[in-house]
Amino acid sequence: MSNAAPAESFVPGAYLVRSMRLLIIEDDRDAADYLVKAFREVGHVADHAADGEEGLALALDGGYDVLIIDRMLPKLDGLVVIGRLRGKNIATPALILSALGAVDDRVRGLRAGGDDYLPKPYSFSELLARVEVLARRHIGRSEDTQYRVGDLELDRLSHRVARGKEEIILQPREFRLLEYLMKHAGQVVTRTMLLENVWDYHFDPQTNVIDVHISRLRSKIDKGFAQPLLHTVRGAGYMIRDGAR
Amino acid sequence: MTALGKLLRTTAFQLTLVYLVVFALFAAFLLGYFALNTRRLINEQIVGIVDTELQLLNTQYNQAGIRRLVGIVDVRSRRPGSSLYLVTTPTGEGLAGNVGSLEPGILESEGWVETAYRRLEEPESTEHNALVRVSRLPGGIRLLVGRDLEERERMFHIVTLAGRWSVAIVIVLGIIGGVYVSRRVLNRVDAMTGTAQTIMAGDLSGRLSVIGSGDEFDRLALNLNGMLERIESLMHGLKEVTDNVAHDLKTPLTRLRNRCEAALRTAKTEADYRRALEETIEESVGLIRTFDALLMIARAESGEVRDGMAEFDIAEVARDVSELYEPLAEDNGLTLEVEAKEPAAVKGNRELVSQALANLVDNAIKYAAPAAKDPHGAINGQRPGILVKANADKDQVVLTVSDHGPGIPQGDRSRVIDRFVRLEQSRSRPGSGLGLSLVSAVARLHGGELKLEDNAPGLRARISLPRVTVPPQRAA
Repeated sequence: MSNAAPAESFVPGAYLVRSMRLLIIEDDRDAADYLVKAFREVGHVADHAADGEEGLALALDGGYDVLIIDRMLPKLDGLVVIGRLRGKNIATPALILSALGAVDDRVRGLRAGGDDYLPKPYSFSELLARVEVLARRHIGRSEDTQYRVGDLELDRLSHRVARGKEEIILQPREFRLLEYLMKHAGQVVTRTMLLENVWDYHFDPQTNVIDVHISRLRSKIDKGFAQPLLHTVRGAGYMIRDGAR
Repeated sequence: MTALGKLLRTTAFQLTLVYLVVFALFAAFLLGYFALNTRRLINEQIVGIVDTELQLLNTQYNQAGIRRLVGIVDVRSRRPGSSLYLVTTPTGEGLAGNVGSLEPGILESEGWVETAYRRLEEPESTEHNALVRVSRLPGGIRLLVGRDLEERERMFHIVTLAGRWSVAIVIVLGIIGGVYVSRRVLNRVDAMTGTAQTIMAGDLSGRLSVIGSGDEFDRLALNLNGMLERIESLMHGLKEVTDNVAHDLKTPLTRLRNRCEAALRTAKTEADYRRALEETIEESVGLIRTFDALLMIARAESGEVRDGMAEFDIAEVARDVSELYEPLAEDNGLTLEVEAKEPAAVKGNRELVSQALANLVDNAIKYAAPAAKDPHGAINGQRPGILVKANADKDQVVLTVSDHGPGIPQGDRSRVIDRFVRLEQSRSRPGSGLGLSLVSAVARLHGGELKLEDNAPGLRARISLPRVTVPPQRAA
């Protein structure tokens, strides 16, 4: 099915940049244990709170890079937890997990102060990719006007893309796709993240249309160059990074 | 609650009680007024008669002297009737008349007085009431004329009695009426409650009884029955869907399980296990997709998303979706063209309409691709294409997706829109069989419809949606 022949394959976790401290607020014991273990396996530290109150108390103590909050929690609703944190000016990025999954629910979650939203059931690689992007955002990378990965350059103001000395002509959507990938250079970006952020769609297009767009982009930026930059991460998504490092 | 308590608590009975009090007060007031007026009338009559007599006797006295007066009074006193007469000397000695005794001081008073009296021939103990007037004649003679009040009293008594009885009758009849009306109401309400309870107990086929009198209870029952009818048909639809879901999810779940068992049985190397696990994940992703599609359809059909509707440009949706799928079409040896220049506003959920259109385009690519890859399929070296079009006329917007794939036989066109229906020839291809159901549900949610037509050759799917008449203001 996949049209994108991966230049290289990565396994999730192998590209870890730095270790994160995560707080998982989730009342389902099994799900929480699984997450804690899975995050630990890829080198992150994860704490677990079983209800809203405990979660809020832990989150208020701070020190977390990202909060993963279930929507429906005993004692305090997930959205209320986020609301209280934001009310106390604690801006730790929060990802909402929800079994509700409705379009409205996502909007409500983001409006309450959540930074990302993932409907259940989700795949761990999807969650991991989103959490890592959120953590990076929290570090406060300034909104550069230029992105650079290896010898690939993208100018966000003039919309120019060049690799080495060679200028690359991209369609507007291809430009936005590359821009998003380069903004998160070194991080895995999933297909749904691309669909949400580049196309603004929140549904699942049955066929993997994104793969075809990626392979087109790849043929423009990587073809004819010794060092491929746009990589397929198996079972997770894509990543742009300087392979020579 | 006892039957009586229930009866007393009915609105009908309580209303009857209120009316009863009002009517009783009204009757009492009316009769009281009547009694007082009768009394006044009798008084006026007495005054008139007595005055005339006094005048007559006065004249006789003035013309013929005391003897004549005494004579006339004597004669009149003996006549049966209620008239009273008394003539006295200035010292109070009786000269003629039929009055035996009076209340003291009456003879000294002037004008009209009510007094107790006794007739001459009557025993000491009897006493009556009378209305009398005393006149002083020249020479100190006093003349008293009056009339017994028994008639008036009797009349008053009769009226009072009638008043009491009528109030009593009003109360009794009122209570009987109230009980009757309340019981009637109560019986029908009890019947409705009973039916409601059987329905709540799970028997959705129960209906409220309609008597046919066309009263408010009948109308209420008819409306509630209509509501029950709707609920029952919805429940029936839901049950059908649930059955379908159960049936169609069992197949992939069985496959999932078989695959795991096969892996446990036969896998030898780590690579074998890895492959089995990957296949399992893939299968479960398909299951999740089916679930998502079902939820989406349910949501669109329930109208739950209607709150979040806003105006958007359908041409833009057509261009965006086409842009998303164009590379995929090209990879499958198809061209994908879009004709959507004129902006046309639709009020709705942009996300859902986009997904519906994406489903149609995805379907078109999926079914037209094999024909395109067939070397004989390309006519004159031209690649067969898919055309996405957004057209608008005065009051509707039409999105069409046309392909040159195998199409759908006429007889199956309406059937494929149903949930989980996949035609025999497409069973082997990936897909949940829910794509077109979702498109149809989204179209209906927006007050439009999905139609499948012959594109000769191929399939043309058209979604028509009502257009928002005033185009949205576009920022300059």
